[in-house]
Amino acid sequence: MASVIEMPLIRTRDLTLHFGGLRAVDGVDFTLGSGDIHALIGPNGAGKTTFVGLLAGRRMPQSGQIFLAGEDITRLPAHARVRKGIAYTFQITSIFPRLTVFDNVAIAVQTHGTKDLSTRTRAALARVGLDGLQAQEAQTLSYGHQRLLELAMGLALRPRVLILDEPTQGLAASEIEGFKSLVRSLVPEVTVLLIEHNMEVVMDIATRITVLNFGQVLATGTPAEIRASPAVQEAYLGA
Amino acid sequence: MKVWTLHLGLIVVLFAAQFWLSPYHSTNLARIMVLAVFAMGYNLAFGYTGLLSLGHALFFAAGMYGAGLPAQLWGVTAGPALILGILAGGGMAAAVGLLALRTAGVSFMIVTLMFAQAGYLAILYFAAVTGGDEGFTLPAAARSIAGLDLSSDTPRFLAALTLFAVGLLVSLALVRSPFGRSMVAIRENEERSRMLGLNPFTVKLVALVLSGLYAGAAGAAYGILFGYAGASFATIQYSILPMLYVLLGGAGTILGPFLGAALMFALIEVASGVTSAYLFLVGAALVALVLFAPRGILGTIRERWAKWLP
Ligand SMILES: Nc1ncnc2c1ncn2[C@@H]1O[C@H](COP(=O)(O)OP(=O)(O)O)[C@@H](O)[C@H]1O
Ligand SMILES: [Mg+2]
Repeated sequence: MASVIEMPLIRTRDLTLHFGGLRAVDGVDFTLGSGDIHALIGPNGAGKTTFVGLLAGRRMPQSGQIFLAGEDITRLPAHARVRKGIAYTFQITSIFPRLTVFDNVAIAVQTHGTKDLSTRTRAALARVGLDGLQAQEAQTLSYGHQRLLELAMGLALRPRVLILDEPTQGLAASEIEGFKSLVRSLVPEVTVLLIEHNMEVVMDIATRITVLNFGQVLATGTPAEIRASPAVQEAYLGA
Repeated sequence: MKVWTLHLGLIVVLFAAQFWLSPYHSTNLARIMVLAVFAMGYNLAFGYTGLLSLGHALFFAAGMYGAGLPAQLWGVTAGPALILGILAGGGMAAAVGLLALRTAGVSFMIVTLMFAQAGYLAILYFAAVTGGDEGFTLPAAARSIAGLDLSSDTPRFLAALTLFAVGLLVSLALVRSPFGRSMVAIRENEERSRMLGLNPFTVKLVALVLSGLYAGAAGAAYGILFGYAGASFATIQYSILPMLYVLLGGAGTILGPFLGAALMFALIEVASGVTSAYLFLVGAALVALVLFAPRGILGTIRERWAKWLP
């Protein structure tokens, strides 16, 4: 049982965003516990990216509320949420291709002031193992390294919550192993909200799972509970 | 190190140039340096932050009239007039930015163009004060600083060089600062920047105001050094000019604006000696540039050979 005093890091209430008739996010009540690795799963088009976009402030909801550690942040612009500790990495790699790897991360680092800028930047790069490539133009990196760079940018924000949208997509098996141990090393200081299609990764590292389907929460629970849930089996794990 | 040597070296060379250039050419060089300051300001907005403005004539004119009118009406001297001009340029950019930066891309171009057009019409409308089309010559008092007569060749050249040097070094320091990195981040990928905690509106507004301060300084200096303020400096032509300088020299390079201003000036000088249709030659040169070196001269040099160029 969650204790009464311990406040969830993020909570949403009846969060809704429709695109015309399409119910991308439809009345979602969601709780993200501090220190969790929380996986968000569901079929393509279930509304996962749209939902985390609402959390990060990329879009504004039509109704409902979002709380960060109890504070209502529903109307806060994205950049202000970042400063409050919500970091977002893009499903489609979004970096600064013509800038150096160093500058890519430094932009994130300087959000929290410019003291020790280069030390902190190099530390964030070292964390993902890109410290040797800092002088390279980001567009010259391999795809896997660009994903890692994206992750380093997120970490450099020193977030309370790190939202990762399909971070292992397109990675080689060896890179996925490295990614899993990296994510494990982040908690509990950082809470991770992870959209992931690779069920092996999910079952391996997630401490909680929420299943989204047609913009609604189908089930939420521990990996064991989700695996056992008939509704989930039918709708998603089905095969 | 290499970077500072290059830029300080240019300033030294320009200083020396007055001793071997004819008075005619050193006056032209003074003009080029002042226009280069205008272009450096344009470059901060366009080259580094990605703001394609078609309204910078307004900021240039704000500087020119912000310095010229107080000189004309109340006898303000050159130093204070220059400061007033700089503030007028920055203030105008702030006012325009607060409204125009709600738009982006083509809309931003159109909105800034409209503001500049409104400014031009306002100068004509208030002809009783501004002199309208005719403009006015600045009084002698406004053309001297610390006992130096800015209408004579050497002091004028030195004043232009000083302004240019300050503008160049400030923009170099700015571009290499964390804020410079933020400007480039907004230019390269605004959405990503937003998700890294940057407020795009604030960054763009500050960049535009800095740009306006430069344009204001250039407009004020132009009026003070060459003794005339007129509505022609508020026309669209003066919004296009700094853009051409920057595109020719290399957008997003520190020395590009100066290089572009100097080359364009030389090109017009040569072309107008050859044919009365010199604008045609200039246009042809620009088309060639866009086709073969879209990053401008220094942009291309940086890409191919000198990655370290700021
Ligand atoms: N900007 C948009 N405009 C219209 N429909 C959209 C937009 N973004 C997403 N959608 C639709 O919303 C639904 C949810 O999309 P998304 O959140 O990307 O799903 P997921 O990430 O779970 O695959 C999809 O049907 C998608 O086509
Ligand atoms: Mg998605």
